[in-house]
Amino acid sequence: MTTTIRPPASGSTGTQRRTAASVPLTFRQRLSRFDVKASPYFYVSPFFILFALVGLFPLGYTLVVSMHEWDLLKGQGPFVGFENFVEILGDSMFWNSIGNTISIFLLSSIPQLTIALIVAYLLDQGLRAPTFWRMSVLLPYIVTPVAVAIIFSSAFNEADGLVNNILNIFGIADQEWKHDTFLSHIAIATMVNFRWTGYNALILLAAMQSVPRDLYESAAIDGAGAVRRFFSITIPSIRPTLIFVIITATIGGLQIFTEPRLFDVSTAGGIGGSDRQFQTTVLFMWELAFFRRDFGEAAAVAWLLFLLIVGFGLINFLISRRIATGGDKPDRRTRRARERATRGGAA
Amino acid sequence: MSTMIPEPIPAVMIDDDVEPDRPRPRYGDGGPRRRRAMGTAGIGSRPGFLIYGLLAAFIIGGAYPLWWSVVVGSGTNATRGETLPLLPGGNFFANAAKVLDAIPFWLALGNSIIISAVITVSVVTFSTLAGYAFAKLRFRGRDGLMVFVIATMAIPTQLGIIPLFMVMRELGWTGTIGAVIVPTLVTAFGVFFMRQYLVDVIPDELIEAARVDGANQIRTFFNVALPAARPAMAILGLFTFMMAWTDYLWPLIVLSPTNPTLQTALSQLQSGYYVDYSVVLTGAVLATIPLLVLFVIAGKQLISGIMQGAVKG
Repeated sequence: MTTTIRPPASGSTGTQRRTAASVPLTFRQRLSRFDVKASPYFYVSPFFILFALVGLFPLGYTLVVSMHEWDLLKGQGPFVGFENFVEILGDSMFWNSIGNTISIFLLSSIPQLTIALIVAYLLDQGLRAPTFWRMSVLLPYIVTPVAVAIIFSSAFNEADGLVNNILNIFGIADQEWKHDTFLSHIAIATMVNFRWTGYNALILLAAMQSVPRDLYESAAIDGAGAVRRFFSITIPSIRPTLIFVIITATIGGLQIFTEPRLFDVSTAGGIGGSDRQFQTTVLFMWELAFFRRDFGEAAAVAWLLFLLIVGFGLINFLISRRIATGGDKPDRRTRRARERATRGGAA
Repeated sequence: MSTMIPEPIPAVMIDDDVEPDRPRPRYGDGGPRRRRAMGTAGIGSRPGFLIYGLLAAFIIGGAYPLWWSVVVGSGTNATRGETLPLLPGGNFFANAAKVLDAIPFWLALGNSIIISAVITVSVVTFSTLAGYAFAKLRFRGRDGLMVFVIATMAIPTQLGIIPLFMVMRELGWTGTIGAVIVPTLVTAFGVFFMRQYLVDVIPDELIEAARVDGANQIRTFFNVALPAARPAMAILGLFTFMMAWTDYLWPLIVLSPTNPTLQTALSQLQSGYYVDYSVVLTGAVLATIPLLVLFVIAGKQLISGIMQGAVKG
């Protein structure tokens, strides 16, 4: 039906068309009206149908699974209500994984955002060959997480890895990067930071570039130094982007899996360390489902993690709104309008 | 849920580096934008050595682990024990041959290419269609459905892997690459991204004009929306490809070691009892080469995509 093309109206005169409008609609006109009304639904339906099947249904069905005894091989068992949740909440390994996840998340996101801010600031200084610098900063992003994990797992080797070798130069003894809880968290956070710092720096750079330069100029005339300008103009101006980066870092950081899974595989078997000292929650869920074959409890972990992510996202949203004080609403609106004007003028 | 989405960062500046053939003043090239190229540190002055030095230090810090794996990968297992090795050895091809022996490398590479390509085509096609409808067509329920799309963007759908695995097993798809492809055929982010782009880029008058000229809806889509959407489609495709290429958790669950993706195959290298790190790191280098090629070809698009702000792969 969509291939039917209305004949161009150029052949008919005005009077003819007017008479045509008063008589009942022809088949073609009705088809055209149907086309206008129905087409949007045809365009959006592939997305919604597929998303319902592969996105929403599994998430919802996870709740069903979490309320049953459910074995990987034996399949569905009896309905147990919230027993799996109770079991998990009383499991010290679950809380261990939550602690590890949050620790790794904080160790990665805070230094990462700090350095990304600094790098973005440096990139915003009107460098020569900006594309070269931007591409160089982004280089680590193209190394896949698996390759990153492999490279750093080797570099953090306790006996003769690169990191300990470098520390030895400075007279520091070998560190137990894979056995010590805190050090292993640092190692894993390093992998995350390696891949994402430059990426986030580019996002922040884009925001910094849309800050009107005359704001800096007038501040400089008023005697504000570079540091003062950074904290009083740059940070508040890029607040929406900063919040965006923080929240995406949260959603990603709380689901970290690849790096701990592949850190120290040969001795720990890929479940997050010999004493689970760096087992994250997704890794715990994976172990529950595919090693201990307990789908019911694994599904309960999935839902608890989901709630944790939503909760953390909201907390971050509120905190970052408060920290990056950018003045009240009208201020922002005028700033936006100015931004838009600047952009329009430049384009 | 929708409160978790920060104020949408407008998809502006999108046209900046996307079309290389359009001559356009760049930052720092002089021209009308010169004012913006000036730094915030020294107003009106060029950045000094300190700025370049700090940046160079950051970049070397990011590049050295990669270079180190090239050096170790082209040496022997003893090279890894050296303090700060700088020069590659001559064993790269010998080690590469060992990698090809240990894992089904070419099969994995082929699988990864097929999976990423199919997912990319699917996501870009459906996102463009839906994004166009949301941006430019009027239909009942449009705003409600769009809110739904935005809300689902923040939901980590990976948490549904257990039922997804059960479904794939019921269908007998486990072990096949179809099982990897199907769950990511569409993304809410893609729809949101295309909508944000198209809403600004296509003037409503253009669509009106197409209709007056007698084009039906699908023809309007192909002749008006699609040409305008092309830059954003390229960026979305790039990020979708990266996302599919780097995915590890789901392929690990649903594929067997005999029919892996590049990522799961690479992780197998490390799982032996005795680990020869020069071989493992050679594998990491080999697996990085395809994306390095992509980066050289499309690095500029990648950067402009990231700098639109709303992208997180």
